[in-house]
Amino acid sequence: MNVLDVENLTVEFPTRRGVLRALDHVSFSIAPGEVLGVVGESGAGKSLTGAAIIGLLEPPGRIGGGQVLLQGHRIDDLPYEKMRRIRGKQIGAIFQDPLTTLNPLYSVGRQLIETMQTHLPLSNADARLRAVRWLEDVGIPAAKQRIDAYPHEFSGGMRQRVVIALALCAEPRLVIADEPTTALDVSIQAQVIALLRRLTQERGLSVMLITHDMGVIAEAADRIAVMYAGRVVEIGGVAEVVRHPSHPYTVGLMGSIPVLDARVERLRQIEGAMPRLNAMPPGCPFNPRCPRTFDRCRDERPELMPARQTAAACWLYA
Amino acid sequence: MFAFIVSRVLQAVPVVLVVGLIAYAMFAFVGDPVTIMLGTDYTEAQRVALVKQLGLDQPFFVQYAKFMWAALHGEFGISYRLARPVTDLLAERMPATLELALTASVFALLIGVPMGVYTGIYRTAFSSRVFMIFSLIGVSLPTFLIGILLILVFSVWLQVLPSFGRGDVVRFPHWSTGFLTTGGLKALILPAVTLGLFQMTLIMRLVRAEMLEVLRSDYIKFARARGLGTRAINFGHALRNTLVPVITIAGLQIGGIIAFSIVTETVFQWPGMGLLFVQSVQVADVPVMAAYLVMISVLFVLINLVVDLLYYAVDPRLRVVR
Ligand SMILES: Nc1ncnc2c1ncn2[C@@H]1O[C@H](COP(=O)(O)OP(=O)(O)OP(=O)(O)O)[C@@H](O)[C@H]1O
Ligand code: SF4
Ligand SMILES: [Mg+2]
Repeated sequence: MNVLDVENLTVEFPTRRGVLRALDHVSFSIAPGEVLGVVGESGAGKSLTGAAIIGLLEPPGRIGGGQVLLQGHRIDDLPYEKMRRIRGKQIGAIFQDPLTTLNPLYSVGRQLIETMQTHLPLSNADARLRAVRWLEDVGIPAAKQRIDAYPHEFSGGMRQRVVIALALCAEPRLVIADEPTTALDVSIQAQVIALLRRLTQERGLSVMLITHDMGVIAEAADRIAVMYAGRVVEIGGVAEVVRHPSHPYTVGLMGSIPVLDARVERLRQIEGAMPRLNAMPPGCPFNPRCPRTFDRCRDERPELMPARQTAAACWLYA
Repeated sequence: MFAFIVSRVLQAVPVVLVVGLIAYAMFAFVGDPVTIMLGTDYTEAQRVALVKQLGLDQPFFVQYAKFMWAALHGEFGISYRLARPVTDLLAERMPATLELALTASVFALLIGVPMGVYTGIYRTAFSSRVFMIFSLIGVSLPTFLIGILLILVFSVWLQVLPSFGRGDVVRFPHWSTGFLTTGGLKALILPAVTLGLFQMTLIMRLVRAEMLEVLRSDYIKFARARGLGTRAINFGHALRNTLVPVITIAGLQIGGIIAFSIVTETVFQWPGMGLLFVQSVQVADVPVMAAYLVMISVLFVLINLVVDLLYYAVDPRLRVVR
């Protein structure tokens, strides 16, 4: 059974001039122990997908359709209190900027202990012991002394290690990491990704890894989902999507990556810009920028369909 | 820590000196206590004798230096009006003012902070909007008007609370308190509400604004993503992060409560230092007025010190070795 199934997930923002659809029938699954990389331009809906899965959409954003299944059980319609117990305990989240994700007024130990005791039946002494072990495990030197230090006493890279410990400490089965290295110094990005991989592999965790960094995806992911304008436009195994992309948008993205293990390459700029939510073109949302547009693309919206070695939402493969 | 307190106190010395100077100068040059004290019928010899007795024939700075030197020893001279030591007068009146100010501050904080948290969390709820409208009244109506309205409703119409004085007071050697009798407590309600209402609404609006800001922050989102309980998030993580600005404003406002008690004490004929001050102004009783202002400035210095120490306790980022 999959750890996560997202089926036709739709997220809407009601506005004065009608309802904006920011996610449109997003579907994908993550198997146990699998790392799904999610890529796409800024504003494609990657973070929104993560927020919808953990039930923390900012109002007025709301789920307008579809469902989210965690180990086969529906979680998108749970009441707040039930969903709260799933957050942290079954789904861990790692945010982008470690400088702002830690509460500046609480010591890192206190934040770890608080998180563990919320979800696990631990005495104060046991929780503290575990907190030290977690800090050691994520590579904080002199963890026993540092446990009572405050976030501002750690460097950015060290803080992100603490954030990872916080996301994993209640033993979730699934981790959603939203650009976990984007805010970090280039020299430590690789270390943090390696740490995340080691910890999740050791525990057999599933990961949804959102990133702009194709190098990170190529190195860490098993499968890739490519998002564009609130849709998944291509999904498949990492080697297939990177080496043999089917969707013209993915082809454009991969254009600048000659070999699989070129680590530092970023997403290439494609001519034009993603359409705004209130100005979605009819048919395929990529058609204004697509070099291969034909008539059908302007009238009908393509859904994901088998395309060579992956699945792509493109009429070329109909 | 100790060095920090000492340096803070030393920094405050010039402040108090300057306030004393301004207060003394201002009062010494406005109004003439001698003619007021002598009335209309006096001889030149009587006038000269009184001027000499009050030390008013000496140069201004000598007068001021003598005043501050004596003040340092807890002596504020003799009241022109009542012909009694100012220190005794203030000591008699202080309990009334401090009890009133304390009650008003507790009222302002105990109601203002939770209401601010509530309206911050449930900002779209109907009750929040009602509170916000009420708070507008609190910040915009002048104190004396609120006092008069409260007297009208609770003393004149409903006749449930006294409109003036401290009620029954229990006396100790150096203190008199209204906290120990029902009469004393009932007498406290209207003046304390009048005095604290502005501060209460101000604190509520401030806490609300800070809560809205903090609730949008990444660390609150991350706390939610970790599944922490609502109470832990709202009253632990969020409220604590609003405290630094709230402490700053609350400290200033509590100073303001004591300073503003002049108006409230006059409206309610509350036998405190503010009423004494107002009565002294009418007869240019310089020693009492100057002593009162010096005391208020010392009080502000103390409040600032407490505020700094609270910062220290709340925010670890400020705990750098100075
Ligand atoms: N409150 C809102 N009202 C209307 N639209 C919104 C709101 N919040 C987000 N959106 C829209 O949702 C879309 C998806 O945003 P999201 O943050 O998921 O993008 P992203 O793929 O994570 O981008 P990035 O790489 O910049 O993080 C954006 O087009 C944005 O305009
Ligand atoms: S459907 Fe048409 S417009 Fe859309 S990506 Fe495919 S070819 Fe391009
Ligand atoms: Mg994002």
